[in-house]
Amino acid sequence: MSLDRNTVHHVALLARLELSEQEEAQFTDQLGHILEHFEELAALNTDGIEPTSTVVDLIPRYRDDVVTNPPAPEELRANAPARDDNFFKVPKIIE
Amino acid sequence: MAQAFAAGLKSMDYEAVIGLEVHAELLTNSKVFCGCSAKFGAQPNENTCPVCLGMPGALPVLNRRAVEFAIRAGLASRSTVAACSRWARKNYFYPDLPKGYQISQYELPICTGGAIDIDTSAGSKTIRLTRIHMEEDTGKNIHDAHGDSSLVDFNRCGVPLLEIVSEPDIRSSEEAGAYLRKLRTLLQYLEICDGNMEEGSFRCDANVSIRPRGTTPLGTKVEIKNMNSFRNVERAIDHEISRQAAVLRDGGSLVQETRLWDPDREATRSMRSKEFAHDYRYFPEPDLLPLVVSNEWIETVRNALPELPDARRQRFVASYGLPEYDAEVLTARKDVADYFEAAVRAHANAKAVSNWVMGEMLRLIKERHLDAALIIRAWPVLPERLAEMVALVDGGSISGKIAKTVFEAMVKTGKAAPDIVAAQGLTQISDAGEIDAAIDAVLAANPDKVAEYRSGKDKLFGFFVGQVMKATQGKANPQKLNEILKKKLQA
Repeated sequence: MSLDRNTVHHVALLARLELSEQEEAQFTDQLGHILEHFEELAALNTDGIEPTSTVVDLIPRYRDDVVTNPPAPEELRANAPARDDNFFKVPKIIE
Repeated sequence: MAQAFAAGLKSMDYEAVIGLEVHAELLTNSKVFCGCSAKFGAQPNENTCPVCLGMPGALPVLNRRAVEFAIRAGLASRSTVAACSRWARKNYFYPDLPKGYQISQYELPICTGGAIDIDTSAGSKTIRLTRIHMEEDTGKNIHDAHGDSSLVDFNRCGVPLLEIVSEPDIRSSEEAGAYLRKLRTLLQYLEICDGNMEEGSFRCDANVSIRPRGTTPLGTKVEIKNMNSFRNVERAIDHEISRQAAVLRDGGSLVQETRLWDPDREATRSMRSKEFAHDYRYFPEPDLLPLVVSNEWIETVRNALPELPDARRQRFVASYGLPEYDAEVLTARKDVADYFEAAVRAHANAKAVSNWVMGEMLRLIKERHLDAALIIRAWPVLPERLAEMVALVDGGSISGKIAKTVFEAMVKTGKAAPDIVAAQGLTQISDAGEIDAAIDAVLAANPDKVAEYRSGKDKLFGFFVGQVMKATQGKANPQKLNEILKKKLQA
């Protein structure tokens, strides 16, 4: 399956990746090859086989509904590029 | 041909097709995937940790109670609870999510199907549910505070949410309002969501389209957001229906988009930022196992469900003989229904208790905003105390009119009705001799009015009653008073 360049451009946009013309062409080619591989897999007969989304044994793991974390220490916010007191500050969001 | 079609459209009568998506914050103590407090109202970013801030390497661990709450909601809305459902990543970049994705459910939600029955002026109707799925809530952005930047608070990020999606079975703003109220009542009965729209713990987005009445294909769908009260949902839907009809009548076409309701302008406006955000590239969440719910678990939850609003309403009519209206008002909140039943247990005059609860008690609850709490605990008067007062009325110790005075005193002082009646000398005068004397005094003081009455001015009867009541400080037994007064005036 060949992948068209517009799709690559669109996916890059969604992922907030800035690709050069050259990179776009390169990834169109590479991603196309990957999809071709999946097409090979799709040719297998999977009738009657449950879709697998994990290969780990399904032993449910839960937390009890208990607050175990103390109020967030200053260190948790320290890496933020911009702050306003305890708020994180980001470029203005336009709705 | 095309012109004829356009003319047809212009004169066309339209029908709205509405589906609602409700986000209900679950009342767990901690967040859905980490041990941070889920409580509303903390300092900005106080309830955060590496998991809900999306720090590299941090892993989610599921809160058991959040799942139990989802099962409750599913069972109560006749949904099918899946033995195995799956977590999914919904990918998008927006400053309300630090991870760049929201953990949600997509292809395999925890509940599918289900229905909510509503009552409107046109009768009752069933609104089908598509699904109920679990997800984590997002953070909060403050937009307009500081010129060229926005502020972000992640306290809400990771609070467990249910997204409850209806089928497009709703046809009017009235039906939408009835559905939302019903759903909120249900979640409140289940004690899983406080249903506070202003604080955002119960939120609603509406998908609205219109089509010529009598046709089946669906029109172009517009999603409306930002409606923070039932009234705003109803107004936004009405506005959107007429906006869409106006566009079509003018020969224009609609675009599929998200619009924001602006309550100040009473209009919707197009939302620019999410233009291509609907491409979420969902995939199974690799950090969490599929969500497995055993039959035993479902049955345990089912057995612990409270009596639900519809069943309770019907029982109130059937076993207390209450009018439909009373049953509806009393069962709209579980705590009010519980209060009513506690009072009736203490004194079995259901209709009288119902009148007091629906009248004075609900008025006080509204006045004092007690209904902001999920469960009212600070009752102005305890149910047993109210019952005691109604019993005094029924036993003839006080009149219905004096009861209002006693009730007010109970609210003010917290004392019991018999004590107040005794202390203030409010006991009804039923002794014929005493009433007799009061009437004689009034008649003697108004000989001209007595003459007028006897010459046919019947309306004066009320005047005499009033005078006697005044003389007895409202304590005369009204029936006895009427009886004796009539006799004396006829004499």
